[in-house]
This record gives sequence, C-alpha cells and structure tokens, in this order.
Amino acid sequence: MNTSRIERHTFAILVDNEAGVLARIVGLFSGRGYNIESLTVAEIDPSQHTSRITIVTSGTPEILEQIRAQIGRVVPVHRVVDWTVDKPSIAREMALVKVAGTGEKRVEALRIADAFRARPVDTTHTSFVFEITGSPEKINQFVDLMQPLGLVEISRTGVAAISRGPDPM
Amino acid sequence: MIPSIKEMTGAEMVIQALKDHGVEHLFGYPGGAVLPIYDALFAAANELVHVLVRHEQGAVHAAEGYARSTGKCGVALVTSGPGATNAVTGLADALLDSIPIVVLSGQVATHLIGTDAFQECDTVGITRPCTKHNWLVKDIADLPRVLHEAFQIATTGRPGPVVIDIPKDIQFKKGFYVEPDSVSHRTYKPPFEADMDAISQAVALMAAAKKPIFYTGGGIINAGPAASEHLRELVELTGFPVTSTLMGLGAYPASGEKWLGMLGMHGTYEANNAMHDCDVMIGLGVRFDDRVTGRIDAFSPGSKKIHVDIDPSQINKNIRVDLPIIADAGQAIKAMIKVWKQKEYKADKKALAEWWGQIDRWRAKNCLAYKQNGHGIKPQYAIDRLYQLTKDRDTYITTEVGQHQMWAAQRYKFEQPNRWMTSGGLGTMGYGIPAALGVQLAHRDSLVIDIAGEGSVQMTLQEMSTAVQSNLPIKIFILNNKYLGMVRQWQQLMHGGRYSHSYCEAIPDFVKMAEAFGCVGIRCEKPEELDAAIQKMIDCPRPVLFDCVVDQMENCYPMIPSGAAHNEMILSDADEEATEVSDAGKMLV
Repeated sequence: MNTSRIERHTFAILVDNEAGVLARIVGLFSGRGYNIESLTVAEIDPSQHTSRITIVTSGTPEILEQIRAQIGRVVPVHRVVDWTVDKPSIAREMALVKVAGTGEKRVEALRIADAFRARPVDTTHTSFVFEITGSPEKINQFVDLMQPLGLVEISRTGVAAISRGPDPM
Repeated sequence: MIPSIKEMTGAEMVIQALKDHGVEHLFGYPGGAVLPIYDALFAAANELVHVLVRHEQGAVHAAEGYARSTGKCGVALVTSGPGATNAVTGLADALLDSIPIVVLSGQVATHLIGTDAFQECDTVGITRPCTKHNWLVKDIADLPRVLHEAFQIATTGRPGPVVIDIPKDIQFKKGFYVEPDSVSHRTYKPPFEADMDAISQAVALMAAAKKPIFYTGGGIINAGPAASEHLRELVELTGFPVTSTLMGLGAYPASGEKWLGMLGMHGTYEANNAMHDCDVMIGLGVRFDDRVTGRIDAFSPGSKKIHVDIDPSQINKNIRVDLPIIADAGQAIKAMIKVWKQKEYKADKKALAEWWGQIDRWRAKNCLAYKQNGHGIKPQYAIDRLYQLTKDRDTYITTEVGQHQMWAAQRYKFEQPNRWMTSGGLGTMGYGIPAALGVQLAHRDSLVIDIAGEGSVQMTLQEMSTAVQSNLPIKIFILNNKYLGMVRQWQQLMHGGRYSHSYCEAIPDFVKMAEAFGCVGIRCEKPEELDAAIQKMIDCPRPVLFDCVVDQMENCYPMIPSGAAHNEMILSDADEEATEVSDAGKMLV
C-alpha cells in the first residue's frame, strides 16, 4: 500500500499553547518516521492560549491520511486541516537573504531584489540583507538567482498558510 | 467560599482526587520525591490500599492487570528519576494494549528542574511517546484540574496510560481543590456513538454476505462487559462465525458453536482461512495488527471490510477498509443489532450453510492437535490439564510472553471478558507476575494464575516478595523448557537451527526460590503426576511457584511464518521443511 506517489501537503494545527505541545507534534513525526519539510509555530490568541502550527510534510496519500489522524488524537489539538485537500488556501514564507559583493554584482542583486519586491533591511558598502515574502517557490527562485551574486546565507521562516475566503480553518 | 472548594496541600489533593475517582487500590514504590504523597497516603490508609512492589515496572503492570480485570482505572505511584524510568516499560505496554492507568510520579522541586539534581530526569519528555498524555505540574493551581483530566483521558475514548509528574514543592504547597465535575477538557472530545448511516450500510453488507466473519478484538473488552453481551446477541442473530485477536479473547465464549478460535500468527487454521476467504469482514475493536494480518498484500483479498474503532487513527493504518465506523465497539454492535432487527434482515441461509461446511472442513484439520511422544510433559498437555482443573472455578489468567502465552491463548477456553490478561502489543516478558498481583488484589477470593515461561518469569520474579507481603496468593505456572522457547523456535525455522543464546544453562531451582520468598514451590516432571500437582497448587492458600518441566523442543503451531499469508500456515514440524521463509519475511519480527 506504500507504492503510490509521494505528495507534499501543508497542515495547519490549532493547539492549546501548553508546555510540550510542540514536542508532542514533532515527536509524533520523528517517532513514526514522517518527514517535516518546514515547521512554523506561534501563539495566535493570547487570551485563549492557542497556538497555530503549520507543517509542510510529504508522503503517500495513505501516510498523509495517517499523519492527519495521528495529529488529531494528540490531546491538546483543537483542529487539524490539510490545506492541500480540504479547501483552497494560500501559503507564504518570509526569508532574510544575505548577499555580499561589490561592483556590477551588487547592482544586479539590487535590481533582481527589486523585481522580486525584496526589501533591503540592512545595507553596508559590501553587503545587503534582503527581506523577501512569497510562496516557497518564489523564495527558492530568488535564492537561486542570488547564488552567483554573492549569496552568504539565508534564514527562512517556514510556511504560514491560511484558507481563502471569509471562513476560519 | 463555595463548599466544593477546599484548601489543602498538593499531596492531599492527590489523595482526594484518587478517592473522588473511586480509586481503592494502588501500586507503588516510595522515594525522596514522593514522600509528601506517601505521607498523605499514610493518613488515608483506611480508604486506599497501597501495595508495595519490588520494582516500578511491577507497579505499572499490576495496575494494568487490575484495570483489565475490573474495567476500572489502575493507579501507580513512583518516585522521580529511576522510579519514573522503571515505569516506562509498563507505560509503553499499556499504550499498545489500550489499558487505562494513571501513573503519578514525583519530580525534583520546581527550582531544581534542569539542574541535573539527584534523581532528576525529564519524565514528561521520556514518557511522552509512551503515554496517551502526560503533564508536569509546575503550579499548585493546575493540580486539581490535571488530576481530573488525567482520569478522564485515561479511561475514555481509546483508553491508555497517562503520567502526572509532580515536583516535590508542589506536593507541599497549599491550594484550592476543586471536584472532578467542575473540570471539562477544552480539546479532548472522544467519539462514542456510531454514525447510524454507516451502521445501516454495514448491516446491509452483512445481510447480503455469503462468507462473512466477525473479527473481534480488545476494543470490545474495553467497551465493558455489556459489549460482550451485545456481541453474543449479534452472533446469534446473524449466525456468522467469529474469531478474535489475542486481546479480545473472552468477548465471545470459546464454547460457543460459532467460535473459530483465535486468529493470526498462532491462530487456528479455520480462523485464518476463514479470514482469507471471507467476502465480508466485520472488524470490531481491532487494529489489523501485523500479528493478525500476516502478509499485508495477501490479507483477505476478496472481502469488503467493515472496521469499527473508537480511534480514527486506526482506520486504514495497515489495511484499507471499505466502511470505517468511528465508535465505541459496544455502541456500534448495539446499533447493528437494532438495525438488523428493524429492517428484519435474514442472513443468506443457503450461502451460510455452505460457508459453515467449508469452515467445518478446515476445522477437521484439528490444527491444535499435538503428538505425545516421549515420557515428558508436553506444554500443550500442561495447559489442557490446567484448563480442565480450573475451568469450573472463578479463574483469571495472566501470561508472560512467548510460546507459553500462545499455547495458553490457543488452548485455555475463555467464556467471559476480563478473565485474560496478557501483553499483546508490546510483548513484555515479565508482565504476568505483577499483572496477576493486580488481578488478585481486585479479586481476593478468585484463583489467579500466571501461565509463564522460565525465561519471562525471571524478569519480574522479585514480585513474589510483594505477593507474600500483601497476601496475594497468585499461582505462577511455569512451563519450563530451559529455552527462550519462541526465540528458539524462530532460530529453528529461520536461522538454520543455530540456537544462539536462547538456552538457559543456569536456571534457579524454582522450588527453593519459592521457599526463599516465603511462597510454596511445586515441581512436576511426569504427566501422570501433573493433575495432582496442579490440584495441590489450586488448593494452596499461599502464593505458589509451579515448576512444570516440559518438552524442551516442542514448537508452537499452527504458525503463519513471518511474511506469509493467512492461507500459508505451518501446522506441524513436518510442514516446516516444505515452507521456506522469504528474505522479506525474515526482516519482520
């Protein structure tokens, strides 16, 4: 039953923000051999003490169905949504990209950043740090383009996702 | 102040919560980090019976045995550090077998957490993957809520073990206790009632079935004795054959004419073949465990599969099913009966008669038969005699893990639920003695027997001392073949008979060992003396270690070799050479 194709899915998990809740989710993934491609987590409602975890994972449809069910039975979990299946959604990621260089390469980096609507948030005579927001694919593309222009390092937030339209998850 | 709120220390809250949740018995081992709770327990000695074990693993298994035999929640109390780590095996065992237990552990004081203090360990970190849920309580204000949530989570939905880790300063601190009904969990809402549309579809499938089978499991036991009654009614109503997993034995009586015996790796020929050939499989409180399914891609290839489980994560986990029903097994069975009667369904009598004809041909193989060669005691004979001499008594059976466990499951005929306590999922050698203690504590006047092997029994043998101290007259019936029998059997079948480290050269003299513990030791080596010896054990009012010396090389059959399908069983040693285990099969455990 594990011969079917590998898919990438994005899950949103609404949890009680209690000690160890992230470890429960992450431990479930490592303990059962599931992948985590990206993970973001932050408290979203301080009055209700709820946090939202977004996980990008991959596996066969059978594995993905198991992942969802396994997350669902973790006690402090309110809801699990699989954005890839349940409803149309948008996913965004933020990255900070450090590029060092001078002369033509430096100008080219700035020009490409402009085209990607990436903002310089730190500037020296020999470097930029760009802030870029977009789909993971857009960030990948930007990073690829920066590679020959003096890419030093990248810090990515991982994906945050939300459904389209007026309804909550 | 409203009357239901009382000020008390954390330790007193623990005791109060135990009482409020109807706990009468617990198992434990004191230590520095739980002394305040033990102090509070001292004051509550009239209401709470505490059994002092010899190792924390024993405390947890005892709580499991207690829980399984009563349907109540088992409770264990252990100290920090090694107390908690010793409890881990029991927790993992209870998680896999869905046994409701609450384990309370002491922890170093909150200001010492993270300093590598004496007897400190990250208990919640270590026990997270082997509990249904766990808590570290760092604020006295949280303690009453956590205590009540713990019992709710352990005992409802799919039951399981929980751990509450309580730092020593929290045990001393004073706070306000609230009663259980004032607490309701924010996120934990387990399913219970079945969706009636799904039930109607299931019953329609059943009514149209030509070769149906009920595949029942531990979920029915966990659903309470009424669920077993409902199962019996549904089986009578439909006339379908019924088989069970290791964990479900007793839900349907072994004397019932629709009973096919246990299924799976050491299940009967008729049960496994019926599973393989059926056209409608009704899975009730089961989880399609690898011991049950054999080779997945050859598992019951032609059947429509109905799967009732209270835990949604069990659906489509190992085997894809056609009709999942998320519900308490007992509720689902009750609903099936209602729909069957309402719609006045009748089973297809002609098809069923043919199906039973086929089943009877499988039964005629007499797959549990064995050959009495030589003069020694065959392990199968020992179980048969034990059964005959105890069946008319109020008897509970626990086991260790290995050949003896499978022989017991195959041959001891259970008529009622909650009479059979065994480590199914985790396969924990050493489970049987402490589990028997838990059963005996709950059923003081009953006959409680641990069917054991000489290997397993040595893993928790120190608990015989507990049996003596707490006056729990358990009977340990050891099938002693001097081998780690199931390991030896696999080495014979899969590793060319190279018996690497499976022979126990030195085994204690169990009779002297029994005497040293203050128990009674009995040894029997001859079949003709066995009945009298078993009778002596039964009649003995004290704990007994029974050393039943059996044939060393006997194998447990029937057997589905790992990686094989239900219809590829080995029935005896004569078959074994014809069946080559595949390389893929050898990878499996």
